[in-house]
Amino acid sequence: MSSTPPPAAGVAGTGPAAGDADAPVLAIEDLTVTIGTRRGPARAVAGVDWSVRAGQTLALVGESGSGKSMTVLAATGLAPRAARVTGRVRLLGEELTALPEPRRRQLRGRHVGFVFQDPMTSLNPVLTVGRQVSEACEEHLGMTRRQARDRAVELLDLVGIPLPGRRVEEYPHQFSGGMRQRVVIAMALACEPALLIADEPTTALDVTTQAQIVELVADLRRRLGTAVVWITHDLGVVAGVADTVAVMYGGRIVERGDVDAVFDAPAHPYTRALLAARPDPQHAGGDLPAIAGAPPSPLDLPPGCAFWPRCPVRGDARCEHELPPLVPVAPGHEVRTFCPGGEDA
Amino acid sequence: MSGGSDGTLRRTLSALRHDPPAVAGTVVLLLLLVVGVAGRWLAPAGVNDVDVDQMLRPPSLDHPFGTDELGRDVLSRVLVAARVSLEVGLVSVGIALLVGVTVGLLAGWYRGWVDNVLMRGMDVLFAFPVLLLAVAIVAVLGPGLVTAMVAIGVVYTPIFARVTRAGVLSVREQVFVRAAVSIGASDARIIRRHVLPNIAAPLIVQTSLSLAFAILSEAALSFLGLGVQPPDPAWGRMLYDGRGFVTEAWWLGVFPGAAIFLTVLAFNLVGDALRDVLDPRQLTVSEANRSRA
Repeated sequence: MSSTPPPAAGVAGTGPAAGDADAPVLAIEDLTVTIGTRRGPARAVAGVDWSVRAGQTLALVGESGSGKSMTVLAATGLAPRAARVTGRVRLLGEELTALPEPRRRQLRGRHVGFVFQDPMTSLNPVLTVGRQVSEACEEHLGMTRRQARDRAVELLDLVGIPLPGRRVEEYPHQFSGGMRQRVVIAMALACEPALLIADEPTTALDVTTQAQIVELVADLRRRLGTAVVWITHDLGVVAGVADTVAVMYGGRIVERGDVDAVFDAPAHPYTRALLAARPDPQHAGGDLPAIAGAPPSPLDLPPGCAFWPRCPVRGDARCEHELPPLVPVAPGHEVRTFCPGGEDA
Repeated sequence: MSGGSDGTLRRTLSALRHDPPAVAGTVVLLLLLVVGVAGRWLAPAGVNDVDVDQMLRPPSLDHPFGTDELGRDVLSRVLVAARVSLEVGLVSVGIALLVGVTVGLLAGWYRGWVDNVLMRGMDVLFAFPVLLLAVAIVAVLGPGLVTAMVAIGVVYTPIFARVTRAGVLSVREQVFVRAAVSIGASDARIIRRHVLPNIAAPLIVQTSLSLAFAILSEAALSFLGLGVQPPDPAWGRMLYDGRGFVTEAWWLGVFPGAAIFLTVLAFNLVGDALRDVLDPRQLTVSEANRSRA
């Protein structure tokens, strides 16, 4: 049963831009999201730009509320209704913001797959796993029930679920957490999307399962040539999966670049603090360094650098009142700070 | 949220089997169904066989439930009237279910002004005392069986709308609904495949309980002369006709009254048992009772 070749392999990049390897699958420019609340407008995302190419993984890193999930939801038209979204979003070369909702819904459903954080709640408890996995195929590829079932078996096999022909008829509660997340990934990959968006897909899983899911997504990306946006607050995961990383704070990108460059020479005080807060096996036992204070409220962002109130450096008088621009510190490595480098050492 | 639908069904049936009141209620309902379908053939006499020689006879072997003021066999009339009660109950609750669920789905899914307009309309209906509203509707449409069904259906619509809307509001926030939205599924598809099956349990409970109330409402309307028109038999109407003879012919009121009582009780027993099994908030209570027993 598992000897069948992975069916989706070799059919990567089914989108309009498939021929052009350098064109980004998803590119967002100057994306801003403002959410109207009872206490006034909350600016969740402010002027964010990034793009991701086929076969590449971009990691969006940040604390809860830093705007990383909202960036992706707004870009794909899934932001809550109270959110006002401005900026440009191009999916496979098509300007999404200019499209009417039905067309956007169709493009998103066909070319973007989502993996959500909690596999316990992202499956419908009353439908068989097979029906759910193939739902996108029925919706977008016009498959019959029979074809959709066969496709579901292929997909379950692709994500490494044993005995897919039998398990396709089972219900979500008959699967373990890690297996459910594999089902969710199979669901996301059903239409062979050009882009896979994984919103903290390993957060709800135990550590060994996490590693398996990380490896699975990396493997699928290689085999299918899918572009991946991986949203996480876990820098350990980032090092394992990402090609490029964008660190977000207070709704803005504060540092971005190749994953090696950012990890080897973090230029923003926030990135350095995040890296320092990782558990280090060589210094086990002691307390982890924490970042004092809390992230700023999107209702009341500081006029200058959003990290200023918690910043251990504060190396420049302008930090409090002036927003630092995003400037290159090395080729392919940009940072939004007036005081790059290790000045807090 | 419960497990798979097959698991829920099996759990429901097995839980009901071990619940004596629910078993009793189910048995009564099954008997009632048989009587409702075959009452005309089970009845020992015709419902309108007038026999003035036999009028107001107490229960006997010939007439187990006695005879009324026109000498008609009360047992036969009670049996045949079961059909009317069941019909009115099923059709009116069917109307309420169809309209109420549709309204609740639209209100809960689309929110905003759709929600406001629909649910304020339901609130207006809800604000009337049940019987007053039903009487008003019958007054407008004219008395009769069909009118009674429509009136009772309208009266019980808001309950279904509310139960449905509440369910939709919680289900629509579930991640699997967001996932369905993210793959571009249409609203109709999401509602049919993801929302409805997940709110079925409270609706089933509400349906069985509403059946009891609908049958009671039908009896009340018939009692007021606004339901089934004479000479066709209906339990409520028989109560009304018997009220003038309470002192000399108790059987005229007692037997149709007992029929109403048993029917409503049976629906309530089954409804309560279903609620215990299907409603997650009540599950712990019933489980506690069962483990104590």
